[in-house]
Amino acid sequence: MPEAPTQNVAAESKMCARDVKVHYGEKLALKGVNLDFRPNEVTALIGPSGCGKSTFLRCLNRMNDTIGVASVTGQVTLDNDELYGANALDPVLLRMRVGMVFQKPNPFPKSIYDNVAFGPRIHGLYRDNDHLDQIVETALEKAGLWHEVKDRLYEKGTGISGGQQQRLCIARAIAVSPEVILMDEPCSALDPIATAKVEELIDELRENFTIVIVTHSMQQAARVSQRTAFFHLGDLVEVGDTEQIFTAPAQQLTQGYITGRFG
Amino acid sequence: MPTIGDQHIVKSYDEELKRLHDSLARMAGLAEAQLHKSVEALEKRDSDLAGQVMNADHEIDEIEHFINEQTVRVLALRAPVADDLRQVISALKVAGDIERIADHAANAAKRSLVLNQMPPVAPMRSLVRMGKLVAELLGEVLNAYLTHDAERALAVRSRDQEVDDLYSSLFREILTYMMEDARTITSCSHLMFIAKNIERVGDHATNIAEQTYFVATGRSLNDQRPKRDTSSFEGAVQE
Ligand SMILES: Nc1ncnc2c1ncn2[C@@H]1O[C@H](COP(=O)(O)OP(=O)(O)OP(=O)(O)O)[C@@H](O)[C@H]1O
Ligand SMILES: [Mg+2]
Repeated sequence: MPEAPTQNVAAESKMCARDVKVHYGEKLALKGVNLDFRPNEVTALIGPSGCGKSTFLRCLNRMNDTIGVASVTGQVTLDNDELYGANALDPVLLRMRVGMVFQKPNPFPKSIYDNVAFGPRIHGLYRDNDHLDQIVETALEKAGLWHEVKDRLYEKGTGISGGQQQRLCIARAIAVSPEVILMDEPCSALDPIATAKVEELIDELRENFTIVIVTHSMQQAARVSQRTAFFHLGDLVEVGDTEQIFTAPAQQLTQGYITGRFG
Repeated sequence: MPTIGDQHIVKSYDEELKRLHDSLARMAGLAEAQLHKSVEALEKRDSDLAGQVMNADHEIDEIEHFINEQTVRVLALRAPVADDLRQVISALKVAGDIERIADHAANAAKRSLVLNQMPPVAPMRSLVRMGKLVAELLGEVLNAYLTHDAERALAVRSRDQEVDDLYSSLFREILTYMMEDARTITSCSHLMFIAKNIERVGDHATNIAEQTYFVATGRSLNDQRPKRDTSSFEGAVQE
């Protein structure tokens, strides 16, 4: 039998976090988290309010840099590039490779077109205006929004429905062809139909991107993710295949939380 | 600091799960009694008791119906996960097993009415012995299920072989008896069907043991139990 290639676990993962700790001033909000994200998978981060999900998510594209009191230690890698330390990736470049979608849809007060073209413009990712048109169309198409907005591309991005705005923000995030997309409760302001559309979109995006999503809806985590990580009081309690977490979690704490027996 | 308790934050959810559990406990108690009575009716040639068993069967059917509805309701409205999910799914399956067990007990009772019209036959003693063993195992496994006791359930499961062995030897005994005296063929055929009924109860008890293991541990027991019941190689009458 031919020798199997030596499998490096780190090489299989798109992103790796090692002993990641976050302080807000004196307060230790994340207590040393180790978690890997596999390519083309959706990982759901769940846990009670204040357990550190958003804090951890922000470590994955250095968004904590923007919070003065926050300090991050430990190691995070994207492929084999370091996010922190002396040889760290440039944060602007990093945020292009690791995009983010927030809880509240936050389109810029510009046209739909300009919202999506924003990233490619500042990063100079297009050859000419035809190319930019094409990037905008493809991103809107992938976000499942093209058919709803193609006749109103020059209307304000803030003038469409909440669900459409959230898909516009997703289009904006994918227009720069990121490798990883972080989503912090992307559906919490949406109705069930808009939520279903975003979930369907997440499932399609998985083909091209690695996705990390924070959600308070157990059902959403179960529906969209392949892996689920449960956080509690700044610790990662358990991570596993979503199916396993929702049928037979290994930890009592996880079980108490997902079944609603956490009081 | 949040702690985990036995109780759900939403109290009505607990009440619904409890109702499911209580219905299963009631159903289990009834089915166990049905099997005991039908074996006793056979042993004592007691047609009144057999009649009671036949009349009580519909009560178990009604509870099963309620459990089916309640399960669908909980699945639709509560979207249970983890141990809750396992409990609800197993309730559905175990209710099905118990309902079948009660049917087998009622069938045995019905045939005992016919047997009581004819002279007693010797293999009845072995049949009653097998019936008592299965009734004992059934009681054990239902208790194990209702208390989520995986170990106790495994112990019952490992004893199903005893039932299969008794069934095989009973089968041979009945055959021999019929061959020796052709006048016993009618009653012996009924005996054979009753033996099959009781053997099937043992199989359902094994299913319940497997559900217990699943509820308690989240893992399924899918390794095949060795089947040493050899009666099917002897041209057994299948019901
Ligand atoms: N900017 C900040 N300054 C100080 N403390 C903060 C800051 N942001 C978060 N924290 C604290 O860090 C802890 C983790 O917060 P984080 O926002 O990561 O939780 P979360 O799991 O995302 O909660 P939620 O589900 O409510 O969004 C909390 O105790 C929070 O109060
Ligand atoms: Mg948060």
